[in-house]
Amino acid sequence: MKKRMVAILLTAIVAAGSLAGCGSSPKTTSVPEAANTEEGKVINIYSWNNEFRERVEAVYPEVKETSSDGTVTTLNDGTEIHWIVNPNQDGVYQQKLDEALLNQANAAADSKVDIFLSETDYVFKYTDGDADVAMPLVDLGIDPAADLGDQYSFTKVTASDQSGVQRGSTWQCCPGLLVYRRDIAMDAFGTDDPELVGEKVKDWDTLKASAAELKAKGYYTFSSYADTFRLYSNSIAQPWVTSGETVIKVDKKITDWIDVSKEWLDEGYYDKNVKGQWTDDWNKAMGSQSKVFAFLFPAWGIDFTLTPNWDGESNSWAVTNAPQEYNWGGSYVHAATGTDNLEYVKDIILAVTADKDNLLKISKEYADFTNTVSGMQEAAEDDATYSSEFLGGQNAYKYFAPVAENIVIAPLSAYDQGCVELIQSSFGDYLQDLIDYDKAKSNFETAIKERYPDITEVQWPE
Amino acid sequence: MKKKRKGVNYSKWGYIFIIPFILCFFIFSLIPLVDTIRYSFYEYYRSGIKEIGPTFIGFDNYTSLLQSDMIKYALNTVILWVIGFIPQIAVALLLAVWFTNTRKKIRGMQFFKVVIYLPNLIMASAFAMLFFTIFSTNGPINSILMSIGISNKPIDFMGSVFGTRSLIGLMNFLMWFGNTTIMLMAAIMGISVDVIEAAELDGCNSTKRFYYITLPLIRPILAYTLVTSIIGGLQMFDVPQIFTNGQGNPDRTSMTLIMFLNNHLKSKNYGMAGSLSVYLFIISGVLCFIVYRMTNNSDADSDRAIAKKKAKEEKRRR
Repeated sequence: MKKRMVAILLTAIVAAGSLAGCGSSPKTTSVPEAANTEEGKVINIYSWNNEFRERVEAVYPEVKETSSDGTVTTLNDGTEIHWIVNPNQDGVYQQKLDEALLNQANAAADSKVDIFLSETDYVFKYTDGDADVAMPLVDLGIDPAADLGDQYSFTKVTASDQSGVQRGSTWQCCPGLLVYRRDIAMDAFGTDDPELVGEKVKDWDTLKASAAELKAKGYYTFSSYADTFRLYSNSIAQPWVTSGETVIKVDKKITDWIDVSKEWLDEGYYDKNVKGQWTDDWNKAMGSQSKVFAFLFPAWGIDFTLTPNWDGESNSWAVTNAPQEYNWGGSYVHAATGTDNLEYVKDIILAVTADKDNLLKISKEYADFTNTVSGMQEAAEDDATYSSEFLGGQNAYKYFAPVAENIVIAPLSAYDQGCVELIQSSFGDYLQDLIDYDKAKSNFETAIKERYPDITEVQWPE
Repeated sequence: MKKKRKGVNYSKWGYIFIIPFILCFFIFSLIPLVDTIRYSFYEYYRSGIKEIGPTFIGFDNYTSLLQSDMIKYALNTVILWVIGFIPQIAVALLLAVWFTNTRKKIRGMQFFKVVIYLPNLIMASAFAMLFFTIFSTNGPINSILMSIGISNKPIDFMGSVFGTRSLIGLMNFLMWFGNTTIMLMAAIMGISVDVIEAAELDGCNSTKRFYYITLPLIRPILAYTLVTSIIGGLQMFDVPQIFTNGQGNPDRTSMTLIMFLNNHLKSKNYGMAGSLSVYLFIISGVLCFIVYRMTNNSDADSDRAIAKKKAKEEKRRR
């Protein structure tokens, strides 16, 4: 008898367990709580580093103090900002954020996500109109045309959904330049003047001729094929995946990148030992022992990547125009749908991303290229305030500002991050002569379908 | 129905004491396990922030997995495991025999026992990171090779299939041979000294002693090592994952089954990942069964076979 009872009990538990998953699939769309009039006492901000916190502390006037561990910032009226920081590596940040956003409708008022940040590579995942996790700025009481009028227009396009409703804003604008070693330029071209070096690298054909000169002197033009990827991938004509379709369309620009990379690598214009970015070899290529002439970086790259890896004299680098105008990266600020702190969220977004004085202050303190057209034009003129010691006293804004004004952002899709990562790793093997072109293609197809199960087909340009 | 009570029955205390375990097992192991199997029949993943499913699709996940490169990754896993396991068991046997030999009197044996076990204490991912750094094209191994003149330009270890696979095998070997040595030593020390002495009196040399006495008598422990190693090998993940940056490069030749599983989890594809887990479950079940049969029932004189026979006879008598 006892045995049978236990058996029944066990079966019941198993059955209950297996049914438990059925009813509780959380709904992805939640109704915005527009009627919410009372402001919450806690503002939860999700981000992947301290960058945004530092900017808020620097420019938001309501900030009273931040706890010593950096997790809680108290505002003047006692409202607390809770910083929830998860690293970007391996998609940890997005995992945590996704969990929180999917749970947004059921969460208690003070534990709802109020503001979150996203990067250009995956901004579209969150601004997606159907998912509706990021509030349209209009609903927040921000008029993009009036309040954000001084922003670079491509940043506004990037933060908008399929139907053009802006669902995020940024303080940052990331036009890219070519950063080169003065001593190598001196040796190879006989000059380190940014204007003259700029002539040498003004377009791809000229740059190729210069690359041969550099090679003759024993230098590499760039460290690896990955360095030029953004220039091609950000000028694609069609999105990787057209909205509503499940087909990846590889743009002609991407296959151009593969062909050119192959040619240049075989010619010896890149360092064969550097296999991609954010690796140890790549970091070493920025050191004084390296033979690499130049890197392609936006403002944050110079400040955040190049400077810490450089171990020589501090005035050894200079910036000039890249062979092509491009944009790389950028952090977007979104108001989460369902936030209970509408007023503060609006205030913070306006203070950090729309106020020209604040933005100029950020530029001065953190060397960010900020999202204000008129402000950046002023900075470009003002050599005294904005010249950089690292760049040998050069005012980089003079070069950044015109690039920023000409950027046309490539059409985005929610699949960009995976496509960008996987095309580089699949064709990395091809570029290193380990597999042939068709194998690399099929490896990319396999990998992308693993990453995005809804992708049914990959189309290659003719 | 009611039996006569013979003395005090303590068995209910047994049940009470295992309740905490049973509860934990149910909540944290059995329910997820059953859920995994259940989800393997569903289409259930995330596209961006939108959740797709769960919708029941029968065996679609299973068939599409068979059409994918799963077999290739299973082969990779086996190759990587064999590269690590063969030197591991060979070296471990050799060391275990040396360390347990009372005649050899190896100096500092305790010290060496600790040293060979040490690599196992390092986290696998840290170990992989370490190897990644020292074998990189700019790493110390290449500078040593170049400065002593073996090679005139840096060798790209991780750029070749052979290099990557052997380094992963080497790491697994280094991490696990100490552990195996200690286990085998325990087994060898369990062999009765009488048997060994008798063999020696009969003029048995050390090679014969190894093959005819030591090996047969430690077979159960060898089987245990083999089974745990196979299961560990099937689950090989952290070393190749970190070492190849999650890509299984070059050309996905170091992609193991669990790395493949992990790729599906990036999109929270519970359906596909679930069916892959079920495949793994079946494979490990079959492997364990084969190994048990191989090592336990191969000769008719083993204790178990005799016990089975007796049991059968008794049944017949009734």
